[in-house]
Amino acid sequence: MTWNLASRFEADEFQLKRGLAEMLRGGVIMDVTDAGQARIAEAAGAVAVMALERIPADIRRDGGVARMSDPALIQSIQAAVSIPVMAKCRIGHFAEAQILQALAVDFIDESEVLTPADEEHHIHKWDFAIPFVCGATDLGEALRRIGEGAAMIRTKGEAGSGNIVEAVRHLRRIHTQMRELTRLEPGQLMSAAKQLGAPYELVCYVAEQGALPVPNFSAGGVATPADAALVRQLGAEAVFVGSGIFRSEDPAARAAAIVRATTHFEDPAVLAEVSHGLKGAMPGLELGGLPDEQRLAKRGW
Amino acid sequence: MTPDPIGILALQGNVQAHARMLAQLGRSARPVYRPADLDGLAGLILPGGESTTLSQLLRRDGLDRAIADFADHHPVLGTCAGLILMCTRTNDARVNPLGLLTAEVDRNHYGRQRESFIASLEGSHFPGMRAAFIRAPAVRARAPLEVLATHAGLPVALRQGRHVGCAFHPELGRDARVHEYWLGLA
Repeated sequence: MTWNLASRFEADEFQLKRGLAEMLRGGVIMDVTDAGQARIAEAAGAVAVMALERIPADIRRDGGVARMSDPALIQSIQAAVSIPVMAKCRIGHFAEAQILQALAVDFIDESEVLTPADEEHHIHKWDFAIPFVCGATDLGEALRRIGEGAAMIRTKGEAGSGNIVEAVRHLRRIHTQMRELTRLEPGQLMSAAKQLGAPYELVCYVAEQGALPVPNFSAGGVATPADAALVRQLGAEAVFVGSGIFRSEDPAARAAAIVRATTHFEDPAVLAEVSHGLKGAMPGLELGGLPDEQRLAKRGW
Repeated sequence: MTPDPIGILALQGNVQAHARMLAQLGRSARPVYRPADLDGLAGLILPGGESTTLSQLLRRDGLDRAIADFADHHPVLGTCAGLILMCTRTNDARVNPLGLLTAEVDRNHYGRQRESFIASLEGSHFPGMRAAFIRAPAVRARAPLEVLATHAGLPVALRQGRHVGCAFHPELGRDARVHEYWLGLA
């Protein structure tokens, strides 16, 4: 156990974890619930798939406790595609994470979409050889997760809602907070670390670089090619799409359109072309009336 | 006179790391999204990413043919997924390679992310370089390919004419030898 975060970041193991996250830049990671969907996602150009039993919209509808997926499901998806396969464990549930590591998934998502197992602690991710992605709603939360060993950050958004408003809020907040840090003097950074509830060394890193030390992706509420282009223009380096594809009326066409929009996010002519004539998007939720206890983004700390 | 910029295929993958490496060597970089972006470039880098994704996006806009034409007169460097795209054949029907290197390639040769590793290179050109192999491919090289570096007996860096392909990620870390060597071939 070393107290020096910088040396942990430079170790081979973390270089490999962050390296895989960097290779996914500019891509779309799609939620899939069976091998058939995984093949559709891969053929549409997904850079990775997230294997899970129920998409977030159904978890939201069904209620009850949402857990790690059955290993048999994960293995059937691993056998179906050649792109990286990710899987989710509950926040703080390191035994689920150990199982996912034993299954050799390529990335573990410690996810607020599942029911949290620990209301105080997230997983100590330095203990694992497999990289982790974690959600964040602000910079302090992002840096706490990185301090615990996460190799990728994603906005939480509001999973299963088909509504991009929360992902936009989280992205803007994180980027505004990073810009503010770059304007501070060195003598102000300890106080900033206290206010953010974030490790001092990582606050210093962001103040110097103006960016997180790991890739920063967006998740939660992406339903259209325009949504993907929006979060990319707001600074997300890649896009997770959960319910937005396989809850729509023509998943294969929508998946390919979102892939192209994520690549050509700054080219409105391409965005218009790929948005043209897509069948219905997922219905979506208006979030204004959604009570706090039903908001997945409130999970984790 | 400032040399022409180097293009980096920006459809998907780790564009930033290559741009950083070029900047370290005093060269400017420009993203390539469409065939017209190849005009005025001194060379092109195909970065690491997912080869199935890249292959599909390349074909969609005719960028595959444009790059094959560009490569007749300009150097190309491919790393990991980029190397897969440069080969003549792959073990995966989902990838349509460009045929710039006379080699056959196995995707994900070493396995999943758990099997990714960093190792020191052997061979004539970049001895001792710490190289990251991330879900890396393996190559079966044939003449006229020149093997520049090996790991555990397998060729991992290859040259054919002005083109270079690496199974590892020379853009990660600070060792710029591969980029420097490739720029010297132009």
